[in-house]
Amino acid sequence: MGARYGMVIDLDRCTGCGSCMIACASENNVPALPQASPRTGLTPVLVRKVSNGQSGAGRRETFIPIMCMHCEHETPCVKVCPQQAVELDKATGIVMQMPQRCLGCRYCMTACPYHARFFNWWDPAWPQGMEKSLNPGVAVRMRGVVEKCNLCHARLHAAKEKAAAAGKRDIDSSDYVPACVEACPTNAIHFGNLADPNDPVSKEARSPQAFRLLARLGTEPKVYYKSTENWVRNLAEPNSAQGSEVQHG
Amino acid sequence: MASTALSDARWIDRGEERTSLPRFLLWLSPWALLLAVGVYASGLCLYYGLNQTNMDNRFAFGLWIFLDLGIIALGAGAFFTGFLVYILKRAELKPILNTAVVVGLICYSGAVAILMIDVGQPLRAWFTFWHPNTHSMLTEVTFCISCYLLVLSLEYIPILLRNRQLRRIPSFLVFEHQLHKVVPVLAAVGTLLSFFHQGSLGGLYGVLRGRPFAFRSGVLIWPSTFFLFILSAIASGPSFLLLITAIVEKVTGRKLVAEEVYRRLAFISGVLLATYVAAKSIDTLIWLNYTSPAAGFAPWQYYQHKPFGTPILFGEIVLFGLVPALLLTFRKTASSRGLLLTAAAMACTGVLLNRFVLTVQTLAVPTLPFDEFLHYTPSWQEVASFAGVIAYGVILYSLSYRYLPLFPPRQGKDSHVSGN
Repeated sequence: MGARYGMVIDLDRCTGCGSCMIACASENNVPALPQASPRTGLTPVLVRKVSNGQSGAGRRETFIPIMCMHCEHETPCVKVCPQQAVELDKATGIVMQMPQRCLGCRYCMTACPYHARFFNWWDPAWPQGMEKSLNPGVAVRMRGVVEKCNLCHARLHAAKEKAAAAGKRDIDSSDYVPACVEACPTNAIHFGNLADPNDPVSKEARSPQAFRLLARLGTEPKVYYKSTENWVRNLAEPNSAQGSEVQHG
Repeated sequence: MASTALSDARWIDRGEERTSLPRFLLWLSPWALLLAVGVYASGLCLYYGLNQTNMDNRFAFGLWIFLDLGIIALGAGAFFTGFLVYILKRAELKPILNTAVVVGLICYSGAVAILMIDVGQPLRAWFTFWHPNTHSMLTEVTFCISCYLLVLSLEYIPILLRNRQLRRIPSFLVFEHQLHKVVPVLAAVGTLLSFFHQGSLGGLYGVLRGRPFAFRSGVLIWPSTFFLFILSAIASGPSFLLLITAIVEKVTGRKLVAEEVYRRLAFISGVLLATYVAAKSIDTLIWLNYTSPAAGFAPWQYYQHKPFGTPILFGEIVLFGLVPALLLTFRKTASSRGLLLTAAAMACTGVLLNRFVLTVQTLAVPTLPFDEFLHYTPSWQEVASFAGVIAYGVILYSLSYRYLPLFPPRQGKDSHVSGN
């Protein structure tokens, strides 16, 4: 088995600023669609605000960035796609979406428990002049296909090319950092190889403060969250947030 | 039939009385209008994309998938009647065989047409055949439904070629005769394909590990919904056929099949429905007590969101399951036409409710601890597209009834009630 790229997101550090969302959109040429609603927009990373449901002095809130969890076991979306437009890359552990093969049936969206998959309901469009700022390394997706976070795969390609040019087999870990990780002003998102027991992120994922959303589904998500707050860690359980107020960040 | 300038009498079988052509065209015109609206709405969805619908990233499936699953289940009468007549040699059901084929063809072709609008890239539909993911239930559904639609079309051709004018063409007559010889084989192939795609449609949701409301344990690679969908489809299919035949009798004012056919269809439907209700009850208990809690979801969570409370579960299993099953099985009920049709309608409602629960409720209930319960209302384009399919079905059935031998020839004047 190769690398298993994953993340640990320190929720105690997350301020809900949305830099990760902007960086992701900019890096991955996510179109600006004024006609989209919160339910039809493209947000490969979505920061959600969650409270403990109490009011007054007892009220607590946290921000949770939600993206593709790159499930390792029985990956729900990979299993259901009828035409192999989704695959779990054995070398990296990244769940890859191939828009050019996607039928747009949206079965994968139905299968994903994290709602981390998005359909291109409209033709991609940007305000006049903004298309000049598009990232040339990432293909724009057409209307009628599904997309999601692919851990900035174009950056992995670039890192591999750099390593190959230097005559090296493996990439330098500092050359491959997803845009959201790079953009986070509070350094809340940590990225690394979970398969390497010495990787700081791998160690962090094993800390008692770390948890995964819907872990009991058995899909082995590779995005971990971390908090010192008990009520936040309890979010690992599906029925833990009764009465909580939910807002999009 | 009067031989006026506007007459199609020579296309209608001798001895069969049909309403005048202008009256028939008048009957078709509102359906044609509805079909035109449906085609327009579908065109909007194809041209402008699925933003014309009210589906979204959370409600990625909507009205279309629910109704597709519903009509495919109701259309199961086609393969199941073929199975009963050709494989189990139940000759008493032969009088409704042709109408079963037409109903099946309408249901399946309508569902496939809607599915082609429902995907974001319809021109890539062939990718599933070229790059099939053999682990996906949707792959199996795609293969089996495509093949079965072909089988239904082949089964429809002999009926079509028995038209009075087409029969005059010798080559058509020979072709029809040859094709008729392989109809039992087609029925067997259709049965096999249908068992698989009906099951796989259930499997579509049963395998969704990420949706504990729908996820079910099962046997080997097949979740329990695979078997439940087969059972519910073959239980409701005969009821739907029974209903359609009764409606056609009412509209045309003719006695088309013997009462024994009704009784037989009702009994088959009732026994199968009772089996389904028993299996579904066991499955629900296993799911509530084992499968769902194992995934971390307490069963009460699913039913705390109105209007999806426990009454919907009661309605699915008891009101529209057990009750019609008992009504259809008892011989006393079968002797009352009103009660029989009510029971058949309840059985069809039950299977539609089951498909609704599995498609819509599955997406509505939250999975993440901080998810909201979401609502979805279909857009007019979604409703109109499907209304267009219904109109297409009525038109195709009306044309088939008028020009093709869907039912056995009338035995005598006694069976003729009115000349509508």
